[in-house]
Amino acid sequence: MKYVSEYRDADMVAQYLEEIRQTVTRPWAIMEVCGGQTHSLVKNGILNMLPPEVRMIHGPGCPVCVTPLNLIDKAVYLAEEKGVILCSYGDMIRVPGSKRSLLESKARGADVRILYSPLEAVKIAQENPDREVVFFAVGFETTAPANALSVIHAQRAGVPNYSILASHVLVPPAIEAVMNDPDSSIQGFLAAGHVCTIMGIDEYYPLVDRYEIPIVVTGFEPVDLAQGILMTIRQLEKGEHQLENQYSRVVRPEGNPEAQKVIQQVFTIADREWRGIGVIPMSGYEVRPEYVAYDANIKFNVNIEKVAESDECIAGLVLKGIKKPQECPQFGRGCTPQMPLGAPMVSSEGACAAYYHFSQAMEEVSA
Amino acid sequence: MCLAIPGKIKSIEMQYGGLVRMAKVQFGGISKEASLEMLPHAKEGDYVLVHVGVAISLVDEEEAQKTFAYLEEIGELDELVPGSHL
Ligand code: SF4
Repeated sequence: MKYVSEYRDADMVAQYLEEIRQTVTRPWAIMEVCGGQTHSLVKNGILNMLPPEVRMIHGPGCPVCVTPLNLIDKAVYLAEEKGVILCSYGDMIRVPGSKRSLLESKARGADVRILYSPLEAVKIAQENPDREVVFFAVGFETTAPANALSVIHAQRAGVPNYSILASHVLVPPAIEAVMNDPDSSIQGFLAAGHVCTIMGIDEYYPLVDRYEIPIVVTGFEPVDLAQGILMTIRQLEKGEHQLENQYSRVVRPEGNPEAQKVIQQVFTIADREWRGIGVIPMSGYEVRPEYVAYDANIKFNVNIEKVAESDECIAGLVLKGIKKPQECPQFGRGCTPQMPLGAPMVSSEGACAAYYHFSQAMEEVSA
Repeated sequence: MCLAIPGKIKSIEMQYGGLVRMAKVQFGGISKEASLEMLPHAKEGDYVLVHVGVAISLVDEEEAQKTFAYLEEIGELDELVPGSHL
């Protein structure tokens, strides 16, 4: 992994950081919900350049990290026992299940394929009419249109041997869950820019009002993050709480209506279990009854026992922002990206992996 | 996997018996297919943000080039070639 010391608009970043230093008068805790933002904050060293008053808390916004253990076990079962061609994104393949990850299943001979896009899985199904193809469809709102579209493609092209194992989560209910947690100390949020590219920003107004917190829709590049943090700090210092859009060059207030249409066509909002956090009401998508033929959960009707999480991994506390990754006793010892104990160490968007890579890079620099 | 990567639409074709509008999108040296279902007005030469094989937003050329250069610099383009980082 490469680390960047000089990036685009480095001067602007420095300027925003200076303004943050001049604006801040007391401690504030701000959560960035999106794992891509966590990754960027850590990788670019912005986290270390913020004044000590500004504490960034890393939220649960890594879809791979919050996919329930039981669903990973189901995917492993489908690949090994039902002989399906099991496809997913690279990170998802590496997350440990209760027995093993999909990557380990692949090493044992299961047909597990890493794809860039669910649309490729539909083509694989078309080319292999005698096999069942299942796409393990995880993600936030950004990824939902692609996963929904794969179902629509399969339907239009008359591909009956394609289905998705869906584990879709939504950002606004996660913000609610964080704010409703009595241990939470969050005073402001950076909302995820690419999620809002799809969904627009309207659903954040009620959250701003109800919890009286600033929310700033923010991009993922260093200059975006520095500016988003500054906008949040300005509001906090003035005692204001508003919804602002830092990422307006990409995010339109109404989002992408075509993408929303596709999501609504295939998915409906349902309660969802978040790994390490528990069930959050109305916090995810499931496949609509009209499309049950494409819902792997129903098609294969796999009921496998729920296994308790290993108690060595404190991912739940990390995902809720209550503990930092390096406060986990396993961090860098029993748990590394090569041998992850929990999902946040697998995905580059997971807080544990972000901190791990960063600490390695720091050692290289000081060595 | 949550990032959207900007690229340029090189060509457009209909697939699945004329039901699906797909584009060939150029990302630096890599070319990939992307669905234009979410951007019905996108045309050849436009710059689009592509997330897991679906174009989700139009962007201007300057923004696209800056963002692409940044992603390249920090080594975030691996996901275009799945499995390459394993
Ligand atoms: S360091 Fe590893 S064991 Fe500890 S919380 Fe993170 S993923 Fe779990």
